[in-house]
Amino acid sequence: MKLGGPVVMLGLLIVQHGFPKFLQTLVNSVALGSLYALIALGYTLVYGVLRFINFAHSDVFAVGAWLSFTFATAFGWVATSSPLWGMPLVLLLVMAACALLGVTIEILAYRPLRKAPRLNVLITAIGVSLFLQNVGQLSSVFGTQPQRMPSLIEDRSLFTIAQVHIRLVDVTVIALALALMMALQWMVFRTRLGRAMRAVSFDEKVASLMGINVNRVVTITFAIGSALAAAGGLLFALKYEGLKQTADATWVLLGLKAFVAAVVGGIGNVRGAVAGALLIGVVEVFGASYLSPHMRDVYVFVILIVVLLLKPSGILGKAVREKV
Amino acid sequence: MAMLEVSDLHVYYDGIHALKGVSFSVEEGEVVTLIGANGAGKTTTLRAISGLVRAARGQVRFQGQRISNLPAHTIVAKGLAHSPEGRGIFPNLTVEENLDIGAFLRRDAAGVAKDKEQALALFPRIKERLEQSAGTLSGGEQQMLAMARALMARPKLLLLDEPSLGLAPQVVQQIFKIVRTIAASGTTILLVEQNAHMALRVARTAHVLEVGTLALSGDAAALSKDDKIRKAYLGVH
Repeated sequence: MKLGGPVVMLGLLIVQHGFPKFLQTLVNSVALGSLYALIALGYTLVYGVLRFINFAHSDVFAVGAWLSFTFATAFGWVATSSPLWGMPLVLLLVMAACALLGVTIEILAYRPLRKAPRLNVLITAIGVSLFLQNVGQLSSVFGTQPQRMPSLIEDRSLFTIAQVHIRLVDVTVIALALALMMALQWMVFRTRLGRAMRAVSFDEKVASLMGINVNRVVTITFAIGSALAAAGGLLFALKYEGLKQTADATWVLLGLKAFVAAVVGGIGNVRGAVAGALLIGVVEVFGASYLSPHMRDVYVFVILIVVLLLKPSGILGKAVREKV
Repeated sequence: MAMLEVSDLHVYYDGIHALKGVSFSVEEGEVVTLIGANGAGKTTTLRAISGLVRAARGQVRFQGQRISNLPAHTIVAKGLAHSPEGRGIFPNLTVEENLDIGAFLRRDAAGVAKDKEQALALFPRIKERLEQSAGTLSGGEQQMLAMARALMARPKLLLLDEPSLGLAPQVVQQIFKIVRTIAASGTTILLVEQNAHMALRVARTAHVLEVGTLALSGDAAALSKDDKIRKAYLGVH
């Protein structure tokens, strides 16, 4: 295959630069991949039940990051002055707030269009996205000035392997994302609600014949997806600290890459979203650190193109027939 | 009082006047069949009863209570289960999960477990495949699963839409034998069929639908001797 060349080249580069750099890059890539995964799950869950791409999802993520900043500063925490329970508290608050936001969007904007053509809903989602981006810039909301997130997690190295300091914040990001993904996996495959979600995903009419309230399942799906995006927003703010205004292109780009992750993994597939996100994270960070940092976005979209060419249904996706 | 009363039911489906004032009733404990050609409105009638399509005019009463135009998921709770056309099993769920989802609204775990056991006794072929994904079942097995799933709701009235569709004659025999067993256990059944021959043998009362209206109604045994019915639906000349 033609992919062999670049892969061998990258392998040689990695060996040449030594193990410490490899390890540091690996940690960074898994941390970024975990963030993408939290966002990608929201895209994939909503697509799973409604068969539509919620383009406002990346803005819910941005709102999550900004709300984390708002809550943290409202409590008066800056730098390392936050108590140990500061981060979990902010996490719960933003997850709840964004779940509420997601549910509101679903009920006000998408539910009235449940029987409308998919394109109408898609355009509405873009409208909601623009609305959130611009409302977020109002001076009474988050404003247009970039802000620095208070570090709710002490900036110290947790342990050192081969001269590489593994930072507490990276471990927190990865561990928390992993815990949330496992909770979601359990919920979807082991609970009554998850079974209802999978039934609605296949056929909402037959699901309603089973006594499943389809609207309620959709609402809960939006709540879960938005809460995960909020968690991603907080973790993003903790790791990267600088927050740009809500209409800034960085948010759209992050959301877009998470969406690419969902597609690469197989949209509608929960495990696929996680696998796709980790792959995107690895490719982006390794490419940026070993090849060229200016091209990091390009690597992501190259992966998208390659996957769509080789396996259009995604890495873990199954070729399923369209719903009729 | 009849268990199910359908009166002057009108339904528009994709702009087509699919049902033009259909009235009939189902008594508790009986098997009633709706027969008729493709597009006569049989499936639409069932879908209007279970709340999948809107009734434009007329009404449906179940055990004296008006149920027409209630959301479908609230109708199941009243004791009416619908095994839909084309089976409607969830291929992305395992066979067992399909059964469990049939009892979605039930909170009596012990009763559900007992009903599952009974359903599996009725459909032994399903029992061997509980862990399998339901999409891997054969057509006949999927039909059996759809019926077993509907029974998991412990319905007072079971709506069966074309259980014989696309199945080999031998499997059709099996399915109808099970329909009889279900009826004998006291469940009221409203059966929609294109296979008029089998349907008239199982049912006590039959209604013949022709382009959205009831053309004929009566005792199933008598209808199966009716010349017009024999020519039009039983293929006897």
